[in-house]
Amino acid sequence: MQTTSETNLSLAEDLQADLPIKRQLFSYGMTAIALLLTALALLPLFSILFSIVQQGLPQLSWQTFTTLPSPTGSVGEPDGFGNAIIGTAVMVGMASLISIPVGIMTAIFLAEFSQGSAIAGFVRFVVTILSGVPSIVVGVFAYGVIVLATKEFSALAGSFALAVVMLPIVVLSTESALLLVPTAQKLASAGLGASRFQTTFRVVLASALPGIMTGILLAIARAAGETAPLIFTALFSTSWFDNLLSPTSSLSVLIYNYISLKVLLKNIIWLGQRLWCCSV
Amino acid sequence: MSYSAPNDSGSLYPDAPAAMRVTNLSFSYGTRLVLEGVTMPITQKHVTAIIGPSGCGKSTFIKSLNRIGELETQVQVKGKVEFFGQDIYSPKVNINRLRRQIGMVFQKPNPFTMSIYDNVAYGVRVSGSLPKRALDEVVESALVGAALWDEVKDYLSKSALGLSGGQQQRLCIARALAIKPKVLLMDEPCSALDPIATRKIEELIHSLRSELTIAIVTHNMQQAARISDYTAFFSTDESQIGQMVEFGTTTQIFKEAIDTRTQDYVEGRFG
Repeated sequence: MQTTSETNLSLAEDLQADLPIKRQLFSYGMTAIALLLTALALLPLFSILFSIVQQGLPQLSWQTFTTLPSPTGSVGEPDGFGNAIIGTAVMVGMASLISIPVGIMTAIFLAEFSQGSAIAGFVRFVVTILSGVPSIVVGVFAYGVIVLATKEFSALAGSFALAVVMLPIVVLSTESALLLVPTAQKLASAGLGASRFQTTFRVVLASALPGIMTGILLAIARAAGETAPLIFTALFSTSWFDNLLSPTSSLSVLIYNYISLKVLLKNIIWLGQRLWCCSV
Repeated sequence: MSYSAPNDSGSLYPDAPAAMRVTNLSFSYGTRLVLEGVTMPITQKHVTAIIGPSGCGKSTFIKSLNRIGELETQVQVKGKVEFFGQDIYSPKVNINRLRRQIGMVFQKPNPFTMSIYDNVAYGVRVSGSLPKRALDEVVESALVGAALWDEVKDYLSKSALGLSGGQQQRLCIARALAIKPKVLLMDEPCSALDPIATRKIEELIHSLRSELTIAIVTHNMQQAARISDYTAFFSTDESQIGQMVEFGTTTQIFKEAIDTRTQDYVEGRFG
């Protein structure tokens, strides 16, 4: 009895004792570093959000979404960017209509039908390269293919450029979502007499749908934020969206125009001051 | 187990008509030979158990009977597998139609990520469309047949993944029954289940026997003894190639096996 209670006592002490001081210090130190670096990583995000809310909120009104931009320098006129919102929506929508079906079909070919053939390897290689092409190059390509051919900057050319940007994202994310579907599901379907086509469309796509949706949303977010592919293709317009074959405004190019105008004005003022100084 | 031994008469074997007849079957994955020289019948409306130690090719064998093995890897098949006289490896055979006649239940329950109803209706839907009412009837009778109806009749639109492992496996059996196959292949259907779920599946197999031809792979010898009419014992030879050692009625195999390897295995001396 004596020994048992002694053992229990020392066991209790052992279980309740602190860790060695070195390990405690290390643990606190690492926690501090992790917190610090997390804060550092979040800093830019919160600065952007803060300045958007601080500067944007006072300007925000229903009018912003429903009117055209007022002419530069005018004061007191209704000001907004409704045309850019519609332009972006139209072009991203068109790009999605092109890239999502093509992308998903390509991914199905790669994941389900190619059986590791050489063609599949080549297609995957090309798609991966395409995902690495700078978006400005895609813009120049769309300019060469569509703008030069139709002799017109247009929403169509912009959509085409955005579709090229979206395509590899859709293909690669859909393929990885399809490859995650367990073989057991495919075997079960085949065991019930489903053809490979039926298995793919009824079972594999249904199982992979959440992953595919994530990929599509990523691609849409990317396309909606792209400026470079639109500068040479859709160009810009200060009027409402008219038709697919005329220049069209977009949110990203609107931001680009405003910021370059501001920089330009600053440079002109700076130049004027210099000239004035010189003349004095 | 309460049910009676179905296999008292040894004379069943040569006379009973075969649903499938395997003749000198060899099977390779790529260039690796895994199974050689199997000759045995799968007797109509009886249960045939395939037993043997791990790696003896029993799963490979059963997967060759509805040509599902070839989906996973490149395979080579020599010999003959006849299904009511038709060579299933003939290039003229449509394997999707073949697999509708020869259903399969896998080792792990693998219901689709769909509702219970859609799982059972899947096989019917891929082979053509039925009016809603007829489909409802097929689904109900398949679930009744798999002894699952009472447990799920109020949850037919719920996801099949919410069922327990044993229920999922019975759902997979119902799914296979819904397209009215002539033969049902089962690849260790109870290996992922607890004893109570296993017992339910065994009772189910017992009740299906009068309507259906069943071939079942099992590593559980007691299970084979309980549920089967015929037993095939598979083993590997010196070069690790699987082969069928002995085939007979279950009573013969378990009580008066001819081959010493069979005797050793069923008496638990190896494997």
